[in-house]
Amino acid sequence: MNARIVPGAALAVLVAGAALLSFAWTPGEVTGVDIPARLQPPSAAHLLGTDQFGRDILSMLMVGARTSLAVALVAVGIGMGLGVPLGLAAAARRGSWLDEVIMRGNDLVFAFPSLVIAILITAVAGPGAVNAIIAIGIFNVPVFARLSRGAALPVWQREFILAARVAGKGAPRISAEHVLPNIANLLIVQGTIQFSLGILAEAGLSYVGLGAQPPVPSWGRMLAEAQTLVAIAPHVALMPGLAIVLTVLGLNLLGDGLRDALDPRLRSTR
Amino acid sequence: MLGYAFRRLLSLGISLWVASAVVFLVVEVAPGDPAAYMLGTGAQPDTVAALRTELGLDRPPLARYLAWTGGMLSGDFGTSYTYRTPVAGMIADRLWVSLPLALYALALSTALAFPAALYAAARRGRAGDLAVMGATQVGVAVPNFWFAMLLVLVFAINLGWFSAGGFPGWTDPAAALKALTLPALALALPQAAILARVMRSALVDILAEDFMRTARAKGLSRRQALWRHGVRNALIPVLTIVGLQFSFLLAGAIIIEQVFFLPGLGRLIFQAISQRDLLVVESVVMLLVFAVILVTFLTDLAYAWVDPRLRRRR
Repeated sequence: MNARIVPGAALAVLVAGAALLSFAWTPGEVTGVDIPARLQPPSAAHLLGTDQFGRDILSMLMVGARTSLAVALVAVGIGMGLGVPLGLAAAARRGSWLDEVIMRGNDLVFAFPSLVIAILITAVAGPGAVNAIIAIGIFNVPVFARLSRGAALPVWQREFILAARVAGKGAPRISAEHVLPNIANLLIVQGTIQFSLGILAEAGLSYVGLGAQPPVPSWGRMLAEAQTLVAIAPHVALMPGLAIVLTVLGLNLLGDGLRDALDPRLRSTR
Repeated sequence: MLGYAFRRLLSLGISLWVASAVVFLVVEVAPGDPAAYMLGTGAQPDTVAALRTELGLDRPPLARYLAWTGGMLSGDFGTSYTYRTPVAGMIADRLWVSLPLALYALALSTALAFPAALYAAARRGRAGDLAVMGATQVGVAVPNFWFAMLLVLVFAINLGWFSAGGFPGWTDPAAALKALTLPALALALPQAAILARVMRSALVDILAEDFMRTARAKGLSRRQALWRHGVRNALIPVLTIVGLQFSFLLAGAIIIEQVFFLPGLGRLIFQAISQRDLLVVESVVMLLVFAVILVTFLTDLAYAWVDPRLRRRR
């Protein structure tokens, strides 16, 4: 077992578990206002303290984890769902007009950072968590398209592909049955990395008000609200940031560890 | 090289053309009537009609698109509906904050990453390498706007070395640079972590090359060989990352400006969104996309100049 998979997976499971647990139970109030208990430092009653409305920060983080994980997960799903078939199609028809159109389309989408996509969508449709999902999802599409095309090209040179063609299978079927399983490892690793980038992107979008809107709790918006309080109650700003760092760190460690375990040739610390 | 540059230039032109069409379609065609959108739901029909005429929305979309792109090519971005001033002037004022901020961050990121990568690569697998790699692993995971808040807490609020936000303008360059230092540092740190990782692994690859062994065999020390032959070759992959990072830094600057209350493009675009000033949003977005496409183009050229094998047609 790789030394990075264990701590990475532990952190990821911890965050996902906390998010799931928050559906059934949280240690304190998330929606209520308790002014006498506002801005308390961490204590036995409130493990991570309270915010400016007296809400329990640990509970807010648990519920906020749902938003972060859901947005990033769906965004990876959009990226994979659209990007992988496009990349496989481009690889199957290498050098054709289809390949050219897909790859140039990729270059074009790459020119729109997810923040810019979110700005565009928000300008015409108003802010919301769905915009964040679409913006990050669109940004993920060329990432997966480029990766799957690049990984599929050498697979198409292998003998078993030739055998499948001789057996009369068409390009879509060969892509699904023979090419995809051979590039799945790579996609899983990249999926983990895009997942962690998605969490960072969602936090940034929520922070500037382009992502999840009240009353949906989100780590980015908790930080935006904590900004003016940083001098009098630093813990209100510290906790959500630490939650983001630990989640992203865990996913990155998991991704690196998986890459090393699944494909020793790509080992990063040579 | 000239042929390659020409092909890339052609593709640059096509990218800009398609990107501008996408931005125009999303902002001006998709939401229906932009005039009604900008005025909100309570607007009188004659007010909407007057704005339609003022913005030229009664013309067909193709004519508007051509007028918009033609105007941008000649430096005329139109007039802001909210501020009644030319958009080009507004953008130029804000660019004097955002562009120096992004460049400052790029310089800091490179200055932090290079020594760290050289140090780690030279001590590959030992404690120093592990410490640097561990630090970069954390650096990659830190959201830059949160790091910015921590910098404000430590260096502005507790130590009082910097102001917590605001921008004095460029009349006093020293004060302006000082005001941009914390924002630039916040932007630079996560990028430096990425750059250091890429550069270290490039250096580690090169240290295993035959020509490095030859360099050692002819009597160079480890350090001399690394500096004379390693760094130069490692610059090729690093160049691509630096080019990519500039786009990220420009977009990241938009978020960091919110932490430090800097009057840059970020402030402009978020004000424009809340005031539904679509022309400003459209122009700033196009400018950002233009910057990304241009930097990619320049990186490709620089890459081909360094590595002639890439000039051949794919």
